[in-house]
Amino acid sequence: MFDNLSDRLGNVFDKLKGRGALSENDVREAMREVRIALLEADVALPVVRRFIDAVTEKAIGSEVLKSVTPGQQVVKIVNDELVEMLGGTGDDAEPRELNLNAKPPVVIMMVGLQGSGKTTTTAKLGKLLKEKHGKKSMMASLDVNRPAAQEQLKVLGEQVDVATLPIVPGQQPVDIARRAMEAAKLQAADVLLLDTAGRLHVDEALMAEMKAINAVSAPTEVLLVVDSLTGQDAVNVAQSFTGEVPLTGVVLTRMDGDARGGAALSMRYVTGKPVKFAGTGEKLDAIEAFDPSRVAGRILGM
Amino acid sequence: VTKAKLDDATLDDVEDALIMSDLGPSAAARIREKLKEKRFGLEISADELKQAVADEIAAILRPVAKPLEITAFPRPQVLLVIGVNGSGKTTTIAKLAHLFVEDDYNVMLAAGDTFRAAAIGQLQTWADRVGVPIVRGPEGGDPASIVFDAVKKGTEIGTDVLIVDTAGRLQNKRELMDELAKIRKVLGRLNPEAPHDVVLVLDATNGQNALSQIDVFKEVAGVTGLVMTKLDGTARGGVLVQAAEKYGLPIHAIGVGEKIDDLRPFDPDLVARVIAGVA
Ligand SMILES: Nc1nc2c(ncn2[C@@H]2O[C@H](COP(=O)(O)OP(=O)(O)OP(=O)(O)O)[C@@H](O)[C@H]2O)c(=O)[nH]1
Ligand SMILES: Nc1nc2c(ncn2[C@@H]2O[C@H](COP(=O)(O)OP(=O)(O)OP(=O)(O)O)[C@@H](O)[C@H]2O)c(=O)[nH]1
Ligand SMILES: [K+]
Ligand SMILES: [Mg+2]
Ligand SMILES: [Mg+2]
Repeated sequence: MFDNLSDRLGNVFDKLKGRGALSENDVREAMREVRIALLEADVALPVVRRFIDAVTEKAIGSEVLKSVTPGQQVVKIVNDELVEMLGGTGDDAEPRELNLNAKPPVVIMMVGLQGSGKTTTTAKLGKLLKEKHGKKSMMASLDVNRPAAQEQLKVLGEQVDVATLPIVPGQQPVDIARRAMEAAKLQAADVLLLDTAGRLHVDEALMAEMKAINAVSAPTEVLLVVDSLTGQDAVNVAQSFTGEVPLTGVVLTRMDGDARGGAALSMRYVTGKPVKFAGTGEKLDAIEAFDPSRVAGRILGM
Repeated sequence: VTKAKLDDATLDDVEDALIMSDLGPSAAARIREKLKEKRFGLEISADELKQAVADEIAAILRPVAKPLEITAFPRPQVLLVIGVNGSGKTTTIAKLAHLFVEDDYNVMLAAGDTFRAAAIGQLQTWADRVGVPIVRGPEGGDPASIVFDAVKKGTEIGTDVLIVDTAGRLQNKRELMDELAKIRKVLGRLNPEAPHDVVLVLDATNGQNALSQIDVFKEVAGVTGLVMTKLDGTARGGVLVQAAEKYGLPIHAIGVGEKIDDLRPFDPDLVARVIAGVA
């Protein structure tokens, strides 16, 4: 549907052919194309602005115009900055592994908007912890809002063969969290995964509930589960959740879709926390380590 | 009230605000141009400017505002509800069922999502709360056979409205989209008019990908109308403006919460004010 960034910039630089050094104005014109590309990929506007500032500075000082392919040079600068802002790769990468260095049961709490993929991701992590890390997990649903939410986690637990906390009808989230801590200790679970109800960041009662759960369970990891189809609202979501609980990372779901996934950049930038995983399907093994290079390419449509 | 001449800087701000409402860069630029044509250099207050933006948007949205109406003959009127994962299909079905029951229609639900864990249980709970019958099969069963049974049963007992739930699916999943086309076809086997309505449920927090959702679901399943959910948050649903311009599909209702009565008729002037930041 959209031209990719190379084509867009190609057009800009074609116009400049045969001229001398790139002026600040030329760079700014190129950056207008970058801006539109990022907005079409759903990167949030305030994040786009910061990104453009950073890249403009790098491009102006660089040797772009001496190159025979200035367009490609700028694409490279943009791509590299994007990878960097998404958390980096190789030796420069920020740590993206789950932190399991705590007294067991290590608590991992999942939070996020309604329908973002928390329950599914909880089960995926239970399976991953068992198969990749040899850890015994227990999973508990603290969702008393959505009809059959606790049953959903129970069924998923059976599918991945990870224990779930028995359902006690009528019990409230904070009490369920306490019971889950007890049960996880008794059963010598290494990890306790707490699935919580979906909540809008503007819902004060539910945000307070989340803080209370956080207080009684003292999680080592608090993962914000975000739909990779998210648009400009990503900034509001990231800011509000960051302000209420000590987030340790982000999980981007539905990366198996065809969205350009700009929310990855918005989330990484606004929360300041690493994107740890990408959900890539409904099946319970469809979870991968987050890969900044791939996601950068996708945001740029390349 | 302070007024100032409408200049480029102010127009830039308008454009940015529209982008942050998920209008997308090109639609935002188009609205900016319209304002510029009509008012550049004229004295305008901040409130008047916002209202002018809302007016431009409302003009685009008004033609597509259209409630769902039960008119099918013979009955039942079959509504097929579709969309990507987690957009709010099942909850919207419960809300619609409640609305129709309030209007004294006989409603029946069909549990066409046999895939997601406890999806049937979720719909069953809603059916019990609303007080309507549900046709369901085993988890993991064939959705096409369930919806066939549902049309048969609904026709036999004289149901006015049959609402069919489906599993969430991303529009780039070929196999799942084929399955949806099949469900649609099977619905028409006993009553060639069915499904009378194919409602695509869009999540307001989604960005530009919502347009690709409309594009593909329309192609595969013949979408006849839209519902946008989760407008009770801070997402403003600006993609609806592009959707209206590009596809002209009716917009039936909006979801503003998780409760049974949190469905509102689509009011184009109100949504336009929300998108323009007036409301
Ligand atoms: N395609 C795809 N679907 C996913 C992914 N993760 C979750 N889903 C689907 O998204 C839908 C919602 O997932 P849930 O896990 O129920 O989401 P949730 O955040 O727990 O929802 P609430 O509890 O209602 O807030 C389901 O249909 C899942 O199968 C993913 O990575 N890819
Ligand atoms: N705040 C808010 N939440 C909503 C709204 N509509 C649905 N939800 C919530 O969004 C989540 C997903 O809703 P569902 O109805 O299960 O979505 P679905 O499209 O059927 O999901 P799948 O069947 O898994 O694809 C649930 O937690 C709902 O309570 C809405 O208008 N506002
Ligand atoms: K939106
Ligand atoms: Mg859940
Ligand atoms: Mg559903």
